[in-house]
Amino acid sequence: MKHLLAPALAIARKDLYAEWKTKQTITTMLIFSGLVILTFSFAFDPSNQAVSALVPGMIWVITIFAGILGLNRSFTTEKQHDHLHGMMVAPVDPSGIYIGKFLANLVFVLVVQVVSIPLLFLLFDFQVPAYSSIFYFLLIIFLGTFGFIAVGTLLAALASHAKSSEMLLPILLFPLVTPVIIAAVQATRLVLTEQEGAAAALSWMQLMGAYDVIFFAAGFLLFEYVLEV
Amino acid sequence: MTQDREEMKGLLPTKLHKVLIITAVPMTLAALYLVFVWSPVERIMGPVQKIFYFHVASAWNAFFAFFIVFVFSLLFLFTKKRKYDLIAGVSGEIGVVFTAIVLTTGPIWARSAWNTWWTWEPRLTTTLILFFMYIAYIMIRNLDMEWQKRARLASVFGIIGFVNVPIVYMSIRWWESNLHPVVMSEGAEGAGGGLDPSMLFTLIFSVFTLTLIYFILLQKGLYVEKLKLQVKKLKAKEQEKMIS
Repeated sequence: MKHLLAPALAIARKDLYAEWKTKQTITTMLIFSGLVILTFSFAFDPSNQAVSALVPGMIWVITIFAGILGLNRSFTTEKQHDHLHGMMVAPVDPSGIYIGKFLANLVFVLVVQVVSIPLLFLLFDFQVPAYSSIFYFLLIIFLGTFGFIAVGTLLAALASHAKSSEMLLPILLFPLVTPVIIAAVQATRLVLTEQEGAAAALSWMQLMGAYDVIFFAAGFLLFEYVLEV
Repeated sequence: MTQDREEMKGLLPTKLHKVLIITAVPMTLAALYLVFVWSPVERIMGPVQKIFYFHVASAWNAFFAFFIVFVFSLLFLFTKKRKYDLIAGVSGEIGVVFTAIVLTTGPIWARSAWNTWWTWEPRLTTTLILFFMYIAYIMIRNLDMEWQKRARLASVFGIIGFVNVPIVYMSIRWWESNLHPVVMSEGAEGAGGGLDPSMLFTLIFSVFTLTLIYFILLQKGLYVEKLKLQVKKLKAKEQEKMIS
């Protein structure tokens, strides 16, 4: 445990601290998500009442696209001064590196969501039907993002070996995250647009939970093979 | 010189390969005869239903090929033998070809049976996602790096890709049933509820034939890969000679 969690937390703290000092990735992700919302406003008329049915889908489009930006940088920055080799020769479990990177990426995307989702609601004048559903909504956001980042971190490490990793990552990642995206969009739609949606969304949440567990375990076990040189 | 000859021997097509080819040719002809002449024409759909024999057989083979990718990816990660990696790679390529056949024959049939080229039905959508996933797998295999590293990355993707397939299928089925309560219940096999015995026989026979063709393609692919390696080796040797 000591060889797993301590290095994981150290790596996560390092990533977050570096980001706190430069604010490079987060700023790019935030501006990008703002631009996506702007594009949505052109594509779908925000004054039209029927458009509110599209908001759950928009939340996840923003998450995926902004998330890809962050994931792309997650390992390519480590390559610059051979940091990755340094981490690998350190006497820690490779799975610890995975957890550390996973935590940092999760925090990045959650921060982007904290800003962009209220902005989306505000600009599209979206009314939440019942305030009690907010809790379920937050839970769904967390579960969906967890699954997306669990697969994303593993594949970002995989793609970082390629010269054109920015182009490769979305192609690897999108087909693999389809189940969690379907579940997340459906659950969000049920919770946000229907009065008694929370009960109906439960089976979707279970699906997301199962996906999260399976792919977090897969990343945990297979990360070692992705890192080796 | 004898060593060279020994090496060449390993590169020649094996006996198994010859046997497979010799059985495959009559089997294919027989399957074509069964499909187009022997089996009766379907009463409602007419001759277009005959595409179903190839469609189902290709679909089965595509899934089988991806299963082989999964198995040999696992084997490679445990043993690090190059042969396993080659088998997984060749099988992935063949699987993509079969998936492409499924995705082209399906809409042709659906156009006349369902009066639409495409529906977002679970099986169709899963097959499409599968197609994209294994194209990504081939892209990883074509990365420019040493083979050990590339093989490892491809194996990891081959494993998580296959694990993903049932989850994709389940999630799409739920999604579909949430949207429309009445699903086109049987998908491609809707044609096959209460299948005529002669049709069933034709179907099983064509599945067997295409599976045989899969194995021939696998052998051929392996043979080509081995030749490629040999050419690379010879080139390196030649280069060394020229430098010295």
